[in-house]
Amino acid sequence: MSWAKHQIFEKSSIVLLIGILVVVAIGGLIEIAPLFWLSSTIEKVQGMRPYTPLELAGRDIYVREGCYLCHSQMIRSLKDEVERYGHYSLAAESMYDHPFQWGSKRTGPDLARLGGKYSDEWHRAHMVDPRSVVPESVMPGYPFLAERELDYNDIEERLRVNAIVGVPYTEEMIASARADLERQAGADTEALETFLARYPKAQARSFDGDASYVSELDALIAYMQMLGTLVDFATFDAAGPNLR
Amino acid sequence: MTAMLARDEWKALSDFLALGAAALCVIIGLVLAVAGEDRVIAFHGCVLLAAAALAFLFMLTQIIDGRSPDEGTGYADGVVRAGVIATVFWGLAGFIVGDVIAWQLAYPVFNFDLPWTNFGRLRPVHTSAVIFAFGGNALIATSLYVVQRTCRARLAGKWSPWFVFWGYQLFLVLAATGYVLGVTQSKEYAEPEWYVDIWLTIVWVVYLLVFLGTIAKRREPHIYVANWFYLAFIVTVAMLHIVNNLAVPLSLVGSKSYIIYSGVQDAMTQWWYGHNAVGFFLTAGFLGMMYYFVPKRAERPIYSYRLSVVHFWSLIFIYIWAGPHHLHYTALPDWAQTLGMTFSIILWMPSWGGMINGLMTLSGAWDKLRTDPVIRMLAVAVAFYGMSTFEGPLMSIKSVNALSHYTDWTIGHVHSGALGWVAYITFGALYCLVPWLWHRKALYSQRLVEWHFWISTLGIVLYITSMWVSGILQGLMWRAYDSLGFLEYSFVETVEAMHPFYVIRATGGLLFLIGALLMTYNLWRTVRGDQPVDAAEQPRVAAAPEYRPGEYVAPAE
Repeated sequence: MSWAKHQIFEKSSIVLLIGILVVVAIGGLIEIAPLFWLSSTIEKVQGMRPYTPLELAGRDIYVREGCYLCHSQMIRSLKDEVERYGHYSLAAESMYDHPFQWGSKRTGPDLARLGGKYSDEWHRAHMVDPRSVVPESVMPGYPFLAERELDYNDIEERLRVNAIVGVPYTEEMIASARADLERQAGADTEALETFLARYPKAQARSFDGDASYVSELDALIAYMQMLGTLVDFATFDAAGPNLR
Repeated sequence: MTAMLARDEWKALSDFLALGAAALCVIIGLVLAVAGEDRVIAFHGCVLLAAAALAFLFMLTQIIDGRSPDEGTGYADGVVRAGVIATVFWGLAGFIVGDVIAWQLAYPVFNFDLPWTNFGRLRPVHTSAVIFAFGGNALIATSLYVVQRTCRARLAGKWSPWFVFWGYQLFLVLAATGYVLGVTQSKEYAEPEWYVDIWLTIVWVVYLLVFLGTIAKRREPHIYVANWFYLAFIVTVAMLHIVNNLAVPLSLVGSKSYIIYSGVQDAMTQWWYGHNAVGFFLTAGFLGMMYYFVPKRAERPIYSYRLSVVHFWSLIFIYIWAGPHHLHYTALPDWAQTLGMTFSIILWMPSWGGMINGLMTLSGAWDKLRTDPVIRMLAVAVAFYGMSTFEGPLMSIKSVNALSHYTDWTIGHVHSGALGWVAYITFGALYCLVPWLWHRKALYSQRLVEWHFWISTLGIVLYITSMWVSGILQGLMWRAYDSLGFLEYSFVETVEAMHPFYVIRATGGLLFLIGALLMTYNLWRTVRGDQPVDAAEQPRVAAAPEYRPGEYVAPAE
């Protein structure tokens, strides 16, 4: 090979630029693009539904506080992880997550199947002062969440934008988002059934123990209590008919 | 028609466009400040308004007085000097926040349980401050210096280089204040929200144009190898940044947005971005730095031209594929994981090609490792680069990753690259640049460079060894079974076991910070023009070009 041929790149900034662009585009195209059209990427699973308005608001707080920096939400298919945290995470379980919160570090434990493992009271005490329930914990305290009223003025808009990016929120869900949020937080017990019909398996109560107002802690605990609970793994069979 | 515009008309046009752009930013800032739907975006609107108004007034006074920035016949070094100062400033900020959060992990009381001081909000401040602020300013400053010297051409653009500098600082301020106030996308190393991302895109495109424009008007026939790497870094980072951050905002005057990708696709896109932030921001860009400052300081030509060609193209081709190794055993399809692992292992070769080319440039000048601590810093940086790029492929092997992932081993690996490679090559470049840029006969004190080198090296060693031990220990504890077949340790027992290593790590970080403070003092005394205390011991290349005795042949100038 004649090394002089490389001078084509060394003597024209545009040729060099185009050469670089072509070379760096290939890997991403081959690895990312197929994920959008290969149907095997996300196998459909029964039970998955979009987040309720309150859960979504709680998830946004999770995102705001950067919880993913210490907690993963991705149980790998390794024996000890499955025994410690539960069934390994399915691709479908984060299909409505904008953004994904799989995380990359476990300073604290994985949270993919946190829902239902602890009581609301435990979560409340833990969020206000983690060391009151886990003395060895190094987690920061979040006492301010219980004191802050949840700002859900734009909750319809939040659902609408999620719908734009692909989450199957219906017009009905968007229209009743505010009322649904208040119903789930225990502030409004009317028409709870219609809410539960829209969001099967949703849990409705005052999560922070104070029904006088909807706090940020209400939303966060509502989110944590549903994590990993939508797919019923008692009946789930990785190779079975409940796929698709 | 435009080709026939006279030089003065071009200048008037560029002044007009610059003023117009500043005025537009004033208006956008005003709209955000007044109509902003949340307090953070209103505050950011005020910041943009103030910055753009100051820029407008400054440019106006310059134009009325008939001056232009850095007017002169030589190189545009004012913006490089500003970049050097910003690099040191943001470096200290990033190291301080880093050490604070390291102590938070050892003693959680330092979180103070306030929204603005908790680990979750400060950690992105640390990572952005060291990667984008310290590293980014170092890359912008050195690239603008190197491209002028190696092209023998003044920077393209009149206001553009200064826009790149100040626009980038504005991006950093908006990003960091946003994190502290709870505005984040929570995508690792891509935390800034949509409007800050758009601002960065504008700044970055201008940066690319300034860089390309300077190359286009070069008076050297060939584009020097350092510029290949800088160009690959600028272009690829633009591609990664735009694709990974595509989001739909709730409102055009609100800070919150939702990213367009979800779940698996978001994970893959994010780590395609994330790993190549390492590959192109922290590797390709800094290799550009290596390819100028190592031969320059050693007064030796690059070891091998052919090696530089081969490792350049193979490095940028292969790096892009490596992202999925962050997602082993997850819900990402196996074929993607396997591809990611395979290319990560192959990546070892081009990485070491760069290391060999850098280290072997010292051929015939190995004695300088003993006599010149700046060369030693540059060489140790390249050695750390070699070590990290061996460790990386090792950790990308699925069975190794099963142990190392989610643990401190990853943190240690990142810091052997960030402290050992990125920061050391930057420190070396800063020690070279400051006397050259401020026309000094030498650094204020070479002995202080020695102290900096040894104190921070001790800090790095404490950091990475403690993270190796804690990471492997925790990984083994998570998978340990007792004789009855139960998991042996609860999660929190593994947290408790980390404590001594977190104290050692934070101490190592403190030593690294002390070293950087020594450097700041030394550089400040150099800039101030104080008489060097040990000029006779310093190599002649330490002096600014006009003070170097005799003629000598140096590459790339």
